[in-house]
Amino acid sequence: MSTFILPVGPQHPALKEPTSFRFLVDGETVVDADLRLGYNHRGIEKGCEERTYIQDLYLLERVCGICSNVHMTVFAQGVEKLMGIEPPKRGLFIRCLMGELERVHSHLLWLGVAGHEVGFDTFFMYTWRDREIVEDILEMVSGNRVNYGMQTFGGVRRDLDEMQIRKVLDGIAALKARTPYYLNIGASEPTLVARIAGVGKLPLEKAVELNAVGPTARASGWKSDVRQDDPYAGFGEHIPFNIVTDEGGDVLARVVVRAKELMESYNICEYILKNLPSGDIRVKAPRKVPEGEVVSRAEAQRGECIHYIRSNGTDKPDRVKVRAPTLANWPATLYMLRGGYVADIPIVMAAIDPCLSCTDRMAIITDPKGNEKVWDWETLRQYGIDFYRKRGIKL
Amino acid sequence: MDILKIFLYLLVYPGLLFLFVYSTFVEWVDRKLYAKFQNRMGPMHTGSHGILQPIADFVKLMAKEDIVPKEADKKLFNAVPILALTSVLTAGLLLPVWHFSDTFQSATSFQGDIIVIAYLLSLPSFAYFLAGWASASMYAAIGGVRVLTLLFAYEVPMFLAILSPAVMAGSWRLAEIAAYYQANPWHLLINIFAFAVAIITLQAKLERVPFDIPHAETEVVGGAFTEYSGRKLAMFRLLADIQMVVGAGLIAALFMGGFPGGLIPGFIWFIVKTLVVVFILSAMRAVTARLRIDQMISFSWKWLAPLALLQLVIVIFLKGYLQ
Repeated sequence: MSTFILPVGPQHPALKEPTSFRFLVDGETVVDADLRLGYNHRGIEKGCEERTYIQDLYLLERVCGICSNVHMTVFAQGVEKLMGIEPPKRGLFIRCLMGELERVHSHLLWLGVAGHEVGFDTFFMYTWRDREIVEDILEMVSGNRVNYGMQTFGGVRRDLDEMQIRKVLDGIAALKARTPYYLNIGASEPTLVARIAGVGKLPLEKAVELNAVGPTARASGWKSDVRQDDPYAGFGEHIPFNIVTDEGGDVLARVVVRAKELMESYNICEYILKNLPSGDIRVKAPRKVPEGEVVSRAEAQRGECIHYIRSNGTDKPDRVKVRAPTLANWPATLYMLRGGYVADIPIVMAAIDPCLSCTDRMAIITDPKGNEKVWDWETLRQYGIDFYRKRGIKL
Repeated sequence: MDILKIFLYLLVYPGLLFLFVYSTFVEWVDRKLYAKFQNRMGPMHTGSHGILQPIADFVKLMAKEDIVPKEADKKLFNAVPILALTSVLTAGLLLPVWHFSDTFQSATSFQGDIIVIAYLLSLPSFAYFLAGWASASMYAAIGGVRVLTLLFAYEVPMFLAILSPAVMAGSWRLAEIAAYYQANPWHLLINIFAFAVAIITLQAKLERVPFDIPHAETEVVGGAFTEYSGRKLAMFRLLADIQMVVGAGLIAALFMGGFPGGLIPGFIWFIVKTLVVVFILSAMRAVTARLRIDQMISFSWKWLAPLALLQLVIVIFLKGYLQ
C-alpha cells in the first residue's frame, strides 16, 4: 500500500475539541504529521481589551474548563503585581490549595482518558468515580464544580472554616489510599503497558529543544516546574514539595509522572490545611491599574501557563496575551507522532493532555505585494451564498 | 410431523426467534456484567433492570434514517449486512441443541458440520472487509484491512483449538463429539489449553476488547461500519450478538460436553453453559486494554498457535495411550 493522507479532525472521536491533523500514512505507520489550529478561536484576548479588569478575571477563567482556576490565578497575580498589592498569607495558601485540588481532578481525569484512548474503559470508570471525591470537595469549597471563581485581585473570595477543612482532609485521605492502586495498574497491567511503553518517545534533548512543558517535559527527565523555578502563591519558601520526574520519555513515563504528582498534590493539600495561617483572605484592590506591563506565570496541570498583561492606566487592559501550556507542547507532539503507528495516534496525542480551546489562535497570512483583500461582513456573507449556489444548494 | 418439526427448528428453536431473543438477552447480560466490573449500573430503564434495552436499541436503529454514501458501491454496500447475518443465523442451526442423537443424521447435523460451522462463523469477517471496501471511506477501508489482518492472526489457532476435542472424540460431527464427552466427562480436562485458546480467539473473532482493533473508536471511528446507519447497522449489531451466542454455543458443545437430555434439560444446559462462556468473555473485556494489530499478530503466532499445536500433540499421544 502506498502512502495516503489520513485526516484526523476537525471532527473525530479521539478529539474532544476541534483541531485538524493531517497524517501521511504508509499502511499502519505514520510518516509525517501536520497540524492546523484555529477551529475553536473565540477571540478572548480581544474581548479582554473591551472589559474591565474584574470582568476579564471571569472571562479568562472560561479560557478552559479543566484549568479554569490556573488562568484566573495567573491573571490575578499579574494584575496584583501591576497594582503593587500583596495578598495576605492565608489568601495565598487558599489560592495554592485551589491550584492543587484542580491539579488532582485534572490528573485523575487524564488517567481515565488515557485508559479510554487505548480501549481500557474500566480504568476510565474507576478513576472518574474517584474524581467525584475531589469534585465534591471543590464544590463544597467554592460552590462550583467547573469554574470556581475563587481568585480575585488581592487574594481569594471565600474562606475555609473548620468543618470544611476536616471534610477536605477526609476526601484527600480517601484519594491518597486509592491512587497507589492506579499507579500500580498503569505501570504493570500487561496489555496497558504493552500499549504505552516505548510509545511516543521524547528524549530529553528533544524535549528541551522543542520546549515541552509540564508533565510531558518532566516525563523526559527535565526538572522544569514553575512552582520551583519561579515560586508563586506561597510555594518555595512556605510550602515544601518535590518535583516528580521520570527518565522514560514515553507515554508510560507520563502516566507514572502524573500518578506520582497526584501523591505530591495530596501532600501539599494536607500541609496547607494543617498549617493554614490565620488572618484575612484578601486586601482591597484599586479599580484602576497604573501603567505598565507584566508577565505572569504559574504551573498549570499541563505545564507552564503564561499571561502577558499591558495596562494603560485605565480600568481596562491595553493588551492581554494568553499562552496556554498545550501550545508549547504541540511541536513536541508532532515529533512524537512521526514514525509511530496509526493505532498510537490517539494515546500519543492524549499524552500531553491537550486542551484545544485554550490554545487556539488565528493566523492571518499577508501578501508581501499588498494584494490581500479585506472583506467586510456583507462581502463575506455574499461569498458564502455564492459558494453554495454554485454547488446547486438553494439558500 | 417432521415438516412441522423442521419449521419449528428453523424459525423457533434454535432458529430465528430463539437466536434473536437470546442474543439480545446475552447482550444485556454482557452489558450488565461489564458495568458491574466497572462499578456502574448498566442499563436500568427499559424493562426490569434494563433487560429490554438491547431490543429497544435494535428497534430504534431500525427506525433511523438509512444513508448510503454517494461514492459507495451500492449493491455491495446493501448486500453485505444481509449476507453476514444469514451466515451466522445458518451457523446457529448447526449447534447440536435439540433432537440430535448419535445415529440420526439430518441437514443440520452431519459428519463435518464442525468445519462448516467454523467457516460460517468466519464469513462475517469477510463481509466486514467488503463492507469497509464498499463504503469508500478512509476509516472504513483501514477498518476493513484490519479485519482481514486480524483474521490471519486468530483463524489458525482457533481451528487448531477446535480440532483437539474432535480428534480426541474421533469424530467430525458436533453431536457425536458432545456425546463422547458426555460419556467420558473426565476427558474434558485434557482439552484445557485448547479451551483457553478457543476462548481467546473467540474474543478476537467477536472483535471485542482487547481485540477490538478493527473498529477502535478512538483510532478509526467505526472501522468498517463507519458509513453504516439505520437498519443495516442494526443488522450488523444483531449479527455480532448472534455470533457471540453461536460462538459460545460452539465452545460449550466442544469443551463443556454439549447439551444432553433432550428438549427441556438441553435448553437449560445451553443457557447455563453459554452464559458461563459469556461471563469469561465479559471479564476479559473488562480487565484489558486494546492491543495494537502487530502485538496481536505476534501474540497469536508466538503463544496461541504453539499452545494449540501442543494441545494437539497431547491429545494424539493420550488417545494412543488410552486405547
